[in-house]
Amino acid sequence: MSNQITGWTRDQMAARAAAELHDGYYANLGIGIPTLVANHIAPDIDITLQSENGMLGLGPFPDEIDVDADIINAGKQTITELPRTSYCSSADSFGMIRGGHIQLSVLGAMEVAENGDLANWMVPGKMVKGPGGAMDLVAGVKRIIVLMDHVSKNGTPKFRKSCTLPLTGTNVVDMIISNLAVFERPDRQSPFVLRELAPGATREAIAALTEAHYLEELS
Amino acid sequence: MASKIYPDAASALDGLLFNGMSIAAGGFGLCGIPETLIDALVAAGTKDITAVSNNAGVDDFGLGKLLDRRQIRKMISSYVGENKEFERQFLAGELEIEFSPQGTLAERMRAGGAGIPGFYTRTGVGTALAEGKPTMDFEGETFVLERGIVTDIAIVKAWKADPFGNLMFRKSARNFNPMVATCGRITIAEAEEIVSPGELEPDLIHTPSVFVQRVILATCNEKRIEKMTVSDRETLS
Repeated sequence: MSNQITGWTRDQMAARAAAELHDGYYANLGIGIPTLVANHIAPDIDITLQSENGMLGLGPFPDEIDVDADIINAGKQTITELPRTSYCSSADSFGMIRGGHIQLSVLGAMEVAENGDLANWMVPGKMVKGPGGAMDLVAGVKRIIVLMDHVSKNGTPKFRKSCTLPLTGTNVVDMIISNLAVFERPDRQSPFVLRELAPGATREAIAALTEAHYLEELS
Repeated sequence: MASKIYPDAASALDGLLFNGMSIAAGGFGLCGIPETLIDALVAAGTKDITAVSNNAGVDDFGLGKLLDRRQIRKMISSYVGENKEFERQFLAGELEIEFSPQGTLAERMRAGGAGIPGFYTRTGVGTALAEGKPTMDFEGETFVLERGIVTDIAIVKAWKADPFGNLMFRKSARNFNPMVATCGRITIAEAEEIVSPGELEPDLIHTPSVFVQRVILATCNEKRIEKMTVSDRETLS
């Protein structure tokens, strides 16, 4: 089913997430597709990116000659400083996160439940790598956007009635941008609403590929 | 006051090591790890170590060197994904792991070093990592009790140190090092550079000397890069 729908590419998903960044935001972008969001921030929007290993104000990847082993992001990639950059300890960095000082985080997910529960850190039976900072981010950052494929590799819906995988946090997701659709909710007491369809996606197709209950309010 | 500078890593660890001890180590990934002191721990052959560190190194570098020689019995970490030998020992039941969310781990070491035995956090509530831990509600929200961490020794990597044990870290190599420095009963710092008394600007010292008992000049400063990324490549994956 889903392979008949063109849908959005990873870059288009990242661009859609970038549209949620408002001028002046401090934001944390997770590892993987969420990192691509940085490439799509509009030039008139001023964003400060935070990395949980203790860097505030992330610059782009360096030219080869400027690589510095002491300047890395949370994905352990070499990056650069900006005029606004500051460094802090991991405790202070998570103080920013846990203390609610970061406005937005974009994360990947294995599953999201209709009540906003998120699972993105372990699959039973597979080697557990650990949660890293994901549990802290979802517990502390004010708004959580999930970027994920709409269904898993074997076609199972990832937006579900309840998560089958171990949770990263309970009732923490505010928006889902999949390769097929955008779901959003105004607050964490409300159900998710289907807001946007990707190219080729229909309401019926999304209903068939989604296990979670949601409302529809397409513009 | 006598200088805290020791001639080398082996002498700085002398008298402190025993089998079954706990060791906190600074660093995030391979950035800001105490390479020289890890090599000295390998040479000393101390066994059954409980290691508190955000990550477990890679197979042949960082704490991975201690794992390779089966010197670690238990890891307290947030993420251990880059180490195959770790995976093998864990699956074989030779190694115990206690996962702590990254910010919780940082705060546990900060709390331990600050004399705080436990604290409440929203992180992890409702997940497997909060199971069995006491909870408390504040203003209608549930928080979980996490314990402070104090270890037998702590090892950190500094950029600059003075003979008093004042430390400065460099850029994102700071990461866990300041909290690690506070949570050891004895803290040993290796510094890329040791400067003369008075040379560090007092306002710019990250870790005040009181937290540091022994200082060495770092002789291993490989600073291996885990994921080299340059501007003509957008991502690695």
